[in-house]
Amino acid sequence: MAEVLHVLYRGQRCTLLENESVLDVLLRSGFEITHSCRAGVCGSCLMRSTGGAVPARAQQGMKDSWKMRGYFYSCSCLPESNLEIADTDEDVRIGAAITSLQLLSGDVIRARLRTDTPIDFRAGQYVTVIRGEVARSYSIARLPEERELELHIRRIPGGAMSGWFHDAAQIHDRVTMVGPSGECFYVAGREDQPLLLAGTGTGLAPLYGIVRDALKNGHRGSIHFFHGALHAGGLYLVDEIQELERQYAQLKYTPSILKGESSGPFAIGPIDQVIIDQIPKPAGWRGFVCGDPGLVQILKKKLFLSGMASRDIYADAFLPAARS
Amino acid sequence: METQARPQRLYEQLGGQPAVDAAVDIFYRKVLTDERISRFFESLDMDRQIAKQKAFLTMAFGGPGNYTGKDMRTGHSHLIQMGLNDSHVDAVIENLGSTLTELGVAPALIAQVAALANSVRNDVLNR
Repeated sequence: MAEVLHVLYRGQRCTLLENESVLDVLLRSGFEITHSCRAGVCGSCLMRSTGGAVPARAQQGMKDSWKMRGYFYSCSCLPESNLEIADTDEDVRIGAAITSLQLLSGDVIRARLRTDTPIDFRAGQYVTVIRGEVARSYSIARLPEERELELHIRRIPGGAMSGWFHDAAQIHDRVTMVGPSGECFYVAGREDQPLLLAGTGTGLAPLYGIVRDALKNGHRGSIHFFHGALHAGGLYLVDEIQELERQYAQLKYTPSILKGESSGPFAIGPIDQVIIDQIPKPAGWRGFVCGDPGLVQILKKKLFLSGMASRDIYADAFLPAARS
Repeated sequence: METQARPQRLYEQLGGQPAVDAAVDIFYRKVLTDERISRFFESLDMDRQIAKQKAFLTMAFGGPGNYTGKDMRTGHSHLIQMGLNDSHVDAVIENLGSTLTELGVAPALIAQVAALANSVRNDVLNR
């Protein structure tokens, strides 16, 4: 029979059920804990251990300085011994103010935000925006030297955060953020390696950051940039990326739509097919795939099976907020 | 005597960790496109599958690791429910062999790798 374990939080001893996470036992005990993805990704449920060992899985992908301070994702923490835990220090939360809001397509709005203090990030990483009990992760579409963060926010029907950005948010409104996180970004070096960037919907946001980061770093290999949408109205920043294409000879941009007239300006068909038609053997390429999790899995597998090395595939699957 | 050359371990003869890294993509591509067994390898995220295949190859190459029979049993029990049997283990070992052949490994070493892979058969098949 398994030993009964406890979590001590704000003076209350909470008894863990079998296979219960720290987040779940705290919620069950009546505490209000901000959380979203329940997959150890968004970082909104971050907590700190002040006594007891945290399983490695609850710190997976976390930066070392946070690990050393005992931070862990409470949603992914199934304790193996008793734990004493506390809220995170205030300094892991970043304050930011909205500096501009612009609709980019029918359902995507661009929000630019200035953080109160500069943060270290790479284009393509993501931050988690927190308002009250709601937390959602968004990729960063800008470069660090541009100082302001740029997020592309698609309106989700009934979405608490996206609805606020689209309908209520004003310039100067403030939000709190956690981050940045994520491993899907351009690493300088191997400047002649061809790059393949592919995404659908707001998967464009990290890719738009990554492509400009690569170009800024003097990447010389050819760069193929694929952006897919259901219909033409779902493609955005088309003019901006075409302008980049005119500036940089190594860049080739292929916007694609799932269905439509084949005589139009866009490639037609599922994005994985559009890619394989143009690049049947991506052996030796470096790939970045972002957006819908199902599509990201398919693309990773197709690129791998057609010859791309697994270590050269960088991916960011946009997980939906977990239903609680 | 301390200085006397000892026989090289299989893992070192194969080339150690770099050999595992070189083999994993080729091996995983083979099993994913082998209709006899691909369904057992498709459920997980690719990165996690690659990590698992690396652990498997390290074990089969005689490398460092601490897999126990219990890990093997619990790790494969859901696959037994999907119908995993001896013919599938045979197919995995066959793909492992052809991967190493492709990498130019000598047949005698491949036989040793196959024997190590075969040594966990009963744990994997939970019997």
